[in-house]
Amino acid sequence: MAPSKEELERRRIVGVELERVSNVTSTDFPGHYPGEDHSWNLNDFKKKFKIDIHKANDLDYEFDLIGVDASVANAFRRILISEVPTLAIETVFVHNNTSIVQDEVLAQRLGLVPLRGDKKGFQQLRWRKKSSDEPAAEATDFNTVVMTLKVACTRNHATPATETDPHKLYFNSSVYARDIKFAPQGRQSSWFSGAGEIRPVNPDILLAKLRPGQEIDLEIHCVLGIGQDHAKFSPVATASYRLLPSIKIKQPITGKDAEKFVNCFPKGVAEVRKDKAGENTAVVVNPRKDTVSREVLRHDEFKGKVELGRIRDHFIFSIESTGMYNSDELFLQAVQILKKKCTDFQEKLMES
Amino acid sequence: MQREGYVPPTAGGGTGSTRPGGAYGDAPRQTSMKYLCADCGKSVTLNKADPIRCKECGFRILYKERTKRMVQFEAR
Repeated sequence: MAPSKEELERRRIVGVELERVSNVTSTDFPGHYPGEDHSWNLNDFKKKFKIDIHKANDLDYEFDLIGVDASVANAFRRILISEVPTLAIETVFVHNNTSIVQDEVLAQRLGLVPLRGDKKGFQQLRWRKKSSDEPAAEATDFNTVVMTLKVACTRNHATPATETDPHKLYFNSSVYARDIKFAPQGRQSSWFSGAGEIRPVNPDILLAKLRPGQEIDLEIHCVLGIGQDHAKFSPVATASYRLLPSIKIKQPITGKDAEKFVNCFPKGVAEVRKDKAGENTAVVVNPRKDTVSREVLRHDEFKGKVELGRIRDHFIFSIESTGMYNSDELFLQAVQILKKKCTDFQEKLMES
Repeated sequence: MQREGYVPPTAGGGTGSTRPGGAYGDAPRQTSMKYLCADCGKSVTLNKADPIRCKECGFRILYKERTKRMVQFEAR
């Protein structure tokens, strides 16, 4: 016995009411509704599953993931944040640092600088295992990227004595991320050459300030890592999703009320239009823009006329990359990682 | 934190002993020390029995120079 269309629609909506959220858990699992078959079926999934891309820039990506359970969408989000490997500065060898920034503070700042380089080259890199009981794996061109930072500040004698701007008065008064220079080891010079050279994503990050006579001279080692270990390894600034809002008007809202209704939502969500009888009626145009502020529910004139909710299996996913990978590549990597976890788990199940 | 005896890595997994870094501290013991004057900022060389005083300006506060050894930090 298949449920009616209205019933299916009702199950898809998470209700957002004045003081509570209703119908929160998904119920499409076997045994919940007597007589209905909810076992997972590839053909059904193929029919329901859909991806719509809304924004696709290098660093900013927004798409709709429709027809999956929250657990799957959340798995992708968590993998994006903490399990996609990236390169980051891990150890800093300070030869000299006479700047006011202390060595450990400078090292910590350096660690947070996002790096980029040839993406094919990164595939050559391997993990560098670090364990407390055995000696750390030896650094090779396969697991460690060496960079140097050597800056000294000097006075610019060409400027007049009245000059007060430190940028004109001194050379290298500020140390920026672009001063970090890649020192290829072994085969790295062929993996990361020309435009694919390893460098900071944002060259203008201010690392320290110097005055004449002060100098910074560092050797920097970068390794692959994951966000679980330290946030500097996280490839995303944010990876998040929200459910698509749904606004249902159950009885027509007309005249002055229609205007008030439209003003209850952010711009572009609802509009006043003339209906067939020529009366001003409120219609919902783009629920995607809604913030689900529940403002409409506060007014008595809309009582029982409008129902707010969110669509349970429609995820508006947004990924903001820090620059090592493009955002769309990141999602594909997350899918691969989840797939690998599943096959690993399957193998383990087969063994036992 | 490990602070000395570090050997920088080289390509192909060599020992890398040709690069500077591990050889500090082996220099012969010097009888004079270099300090920095806290007032005029000039470098002051003092022997064992010398009064602690800047030779340029007579200021009595002197700073030790930063270590010439390489120091290792974790970027976390």
